[in-house]
Amino acid sequence: MWRFIGFRVLQSIPVLLVVITVTFFLVRIAPGGPFSSEKAVIPEVKAALEAQYRLNLPMFEQYTAYLGDLAQGDLGPSFKYPGRSVNELIAAGFPVTAELGLYALLVAISIGAVAGVIASLRPNTAQDYIPMSVAMIGICVPSLLMGPILILVFGIYLEWLPVSGWGDMPGDKILPAITLGSTYAAYIARLSRAGMLEVMSQDYIRTARAKGLPEWRVVVGHALRGGLIPVVAFLGPAFAGLLSGSFVVETIFQIPGLGRFYVQAAFNRDYTMILGATVFLATLIVVFNLLSDILAAWMNPRLRSQYGER
Amino acid sequence: MSAPQITDIAQAEQGTSLWRDAWLRLRRNRLAVCGLAVLAFFILVALLTPWIAPYGYAQQQLAVGATPPSAAHWLGTDIFGRDLLTQIMYGGRVSLAVGFIATAVALLIGVTWGAVAGYAGGKVDAVMMRLVDILYALPFMIFIVLLMVVFGRNMLLLFLAIGAVEWLTMARIMRSQVQSLRQQEFVEAAISLGLSPATIIRRHLVPNALGPIIVYTTLTIPSVMLLEAFLSFLGLGVQPPQTSWGLLISYGAESMEEYPWLLIFPGLALTLTLFSLNFLGDGLRDALDVRGAKD
Repeated sequence: MWRFIGFRVLQSIPVLLVVITVTFFLVRIAPGGPFSSEKAVIPEVKAALEAQYRLNLPMFEQYTAYLGDLAQGDLGPSFKYPGRSVNELIAAGFPVTAELGLYALLVAISIGAVAGVIASLRPNTAQDYIPMSVAMIGICVPSLLMGPILILVFGIYLEWLPVSGWGDMPGDKILPAITLGSTYAAYIARLSRAGMLEVMSQDYIRTARAKGLPEWRVVVGHALRGGLIPVVAFLGPAFAGLLSGSFVVETIFQIPGLGRFYVQAAFNRDYTMILGATVFLATLIVVFNLLSDILAAWMNPRLRSQYGER
Repeated sequence: MSAPQITDIAQAEQGTSLWRDAWLRLRRNRLAVCGLAVLAFFILVALLTPWIAPYGYAQQQLAVGATPPSAAHWLGTDIFGRDLLTQIMYGGRVSLAVGFIATAVALLIGVTWGAVAGYAGGKVDAVMMRLVDILYALPFMIFIVLLMVVFGRNMLLLFLAIGAVEWLTMARIMRSQVQSLRQQEFVEAAISLGLSPATIIRRHLVPNALGPIIVYTTLTIPSVMLLEAFLSFLGLGVQPPQTSWGLLISYGAESMEEYPWLLIFPGLALTLTLFSLNFLGDGLRDALDVRGAKD
């Protein structure tokens, strides 16, 4: 197990380096510097600004200096909001996004896994078809459509829930969480159904039944651990999807999270913010991929032995 | 769907090709056939749009304003009095074009990459597939946003960027296909005849892996279209005066309280297309008996 974890951790390092390097140079070669804006700036001021942001140095020195800052956890100052650091902006937005993502993940896992397991218990009956058809709808109605429709129905026509905001009114977190979670609930339902179907035909399930366990104990005690492995392996990619999905959901519901900052930074050409946020999000995604792989390996010894052989 | 059943002996004796067999199986899957029909209809409409659109693309009738669906405007009009049906038809051209072209880019890169890695084997394979592993771990959605910001929002880049992201799974599928195929006698025969690797890959390996390629391609198109809608919704994808379903949905969402049809109809067009492609993809997977085409 430790060997597997060590191997995967080592594997993540080049990924992170590639992300940082590519992002850094992409942002640096972007046309239009941050200070070549409408207003003509006095040359001395411009030079001072460029010195402050280290833009006067050769590209490679800028890069190594940035890596040095990163190692100390410093993402640099924001171009757009002078006096505020990217760290502050991320610190302001990320807790909101993390909370939204957590609720969405809870929605996705609870609804998805329950629906998938229920469907798998009686394959090719109504108990299977109905949840799976709903899952298909979840996959084919993207969040950018699901959000407005939910607002229209529950916020405007029925007036049950607030239509925007975050933590301002009771219940305003419900619609965003459902919007963001629904697609993943659908995928998780399909994955857990397929995983459970495969496991339920295995010998050890027959053994469990043969020793006279009640069916619910066969399912809960024996089948779930194996049957939900695909779901656990999916959590890493799902997390990445949730983060980028939050761009849209935060825009729809006007939630002051990292996703909305990112999109605004993209429009403002706030390059240090984009760079910092990309590095931050990428690191987060890589770490979560790592955790979900480790969890999957813990649940499935066969995955571990694959790495043992290398 | 269950395993192929030979119900009609005469038909079995006649001998059916693999493709004919698959077609017969696909035809029995009602949802897949519906998907194929809807898709064919949308593609036909998209191709013919300049001739059959009820109004001109840029034609505004400010005096008319936003009206609900009526006999003159089947799907209503927006606040500038533009016909929504016309907008959706032109938007569909863009959305479908992005879906198909970006998928074609992904297909080309993925199949070539996977086939070369699988055929070469050994060190080359290890390096090529490790690169795929690394790319898999990158947060691509964020990178596409970044690309659109840095290089401006042009359509060609959108095609390339999306295509460049979606080829990874295709490469994995192709590689595993080629690895199992190249053990077989007909490939050995081709090698001993002195054919070049490129010819063997093109003439012998790719055609034999067509099943999984087709299935996965069908399932890639909807995810590409979603990506386009996602970017356009954020204002980072297709730009006015061009339009796409994602862009129409984002406009519709702004004024849905007063004019819900502006949200509902473009949404319906996108959702129907995604449904069709997914059902067709699932149906093809069963018909061509491809396992694990999407991991």
